[in-house]
Amino acid sequence: MIPAAFGYHRAASVDDAIEALGREEDAKLLAGGHSLIPALKLRIARPSVLVDVGRIDELRYVRDDGDRIAIGALTRHAQLVADPVLERGCAVLARTAALVGDPQVRHRGTIGGSVAHADPASDLPTVLLALDADLVARGPDGERTIAASSFFTGPFETALAPREVLTEIRVPKVERGVYLKHTRRAQDWATVGVAAAVVGGSTQVALASMGPTPLRARALEDALANGADAAEAAGRSAEGTEPPSDVAGGAEYRAHLAQVYARRALEQL
Amino acid sequence: MTNVALTVNGERREADVEPRQLLVYFLRDQLGLKGTNVGCDTSSCGACTVLLDGESVKSCTVLAVQADGGDVTTIEGLAAGDELHPVQQAFQEQHGLQCGFCTPGFVMATVSLLRENPSPSEEEIRHALEGNLCRCTGYHNIVRAVEAAARAGA
Repeated sequence: MIPAAFGYHRAASVDDAIEALGREEDAKLLAGGHSLIPALKLRIARPSVLVDVGRIDELRYVRDDGDRIAIGALTRHAQLVADPVLERGCAVLARTAALVGDPQVRHRGTIGGSVAHADPASDLPTVLLALDADLVARGPDGERTIAASSFFTGPFETALAPREVLTEIRVPKVERGVYLKHTRRAQDWATVGVAAAVVGGSTQVALASMGPTPLRARALEDALANGADAAEAAGRSAEGTEPPSDVAGGAEYRAHLAQVYARRALEQL
Repeated sequence: MTNVALTVNGERREADVEPRQLLVYFLRDQLGLKGTNVGCDTSSCGACTVLLDGESVKSCTVLAVQADGGDVTTIEGLAAGDELHPVQQAFQEQHGLQCGFCTPGFVMATVSLLRENPSPSEEEIRHALEGNLCRCTGYHNIVRAVEAAARAGA
């Protein structure tokens, strides 16, 4: 499969990328390409020009920022898996990165690319939502920080403006966190994924593939806060969700899976 | 067209490519290196696995322009003359293949794995090869080949 023709601009810096995004209407950012290139090949995506940010090495880092960890948007999944700062401060994110795709995908794919692509079945966005991560974007008017809870606006849609570049992901340090997913086969997308983490004393849970975006399991969280045990709280996982029905499973099956995996996640937390 | 210059199997190669040119077709059609196969063409099967800067990648999901300046190793770049690379040798001795179509990808994925983890457990091997599909062997002999290659210090 061959993508439709497009122009190509290799960005030398974030500012250069922002500038290039403004020159053509259907410009699209290319990071690791492991969501975008398959979409180009299927011609689901037909940008006029790709602005390749993949060489901006200063956006590849994991940094200890006191009570938070800052991650450069172009940090590859394989780097997250092996990073000692992340292992010490937010191991759930490193362990989740180890579940993304397969080794070849993890060698190329980036956390920022995964987040900006905003697939509702994606693992890392779900964990970031459970963690209440902050997403830092830079555009023509400067930098702003977007809370994960308002970042994912629809399937493959985010709060990023057309000329904004996601530059950094900030996560709180957490000691307890877990992400579990159900897949039909190795390397499949999650039929359902459940992220749970204890952030500032409260247990926060987010779900993958249970609606148009990653979703917080608010009913479950409220039940836990009101003293419910894991099994009882997990029974409320699917409240307020809109699970899809597709080849991986029907909506009812997904709602069932969410309860089972939420209970397991809470028990492992 | 965009000019790319990269090292492929130790040789400097330069060519003009369309930005949409995938690395696998650049290798196969422009450089004539047909050892790298196109299987699923959807980044699932791993038949097109090559090393880019020492790490396994699916060359059907990398643009040639992304590999510009990089160092690519394909299956053709492993053997030293008539002497097979230890991973190739292990696949042969352990009968880690039947039809052979997936083999270049498995061998390259194994080379990458053993660089990252020189003595993987059986479970680690099975997880590390999740990005490669084989429809003939049932995987057992492939896993044995990887274990043998690890023992041989590949």
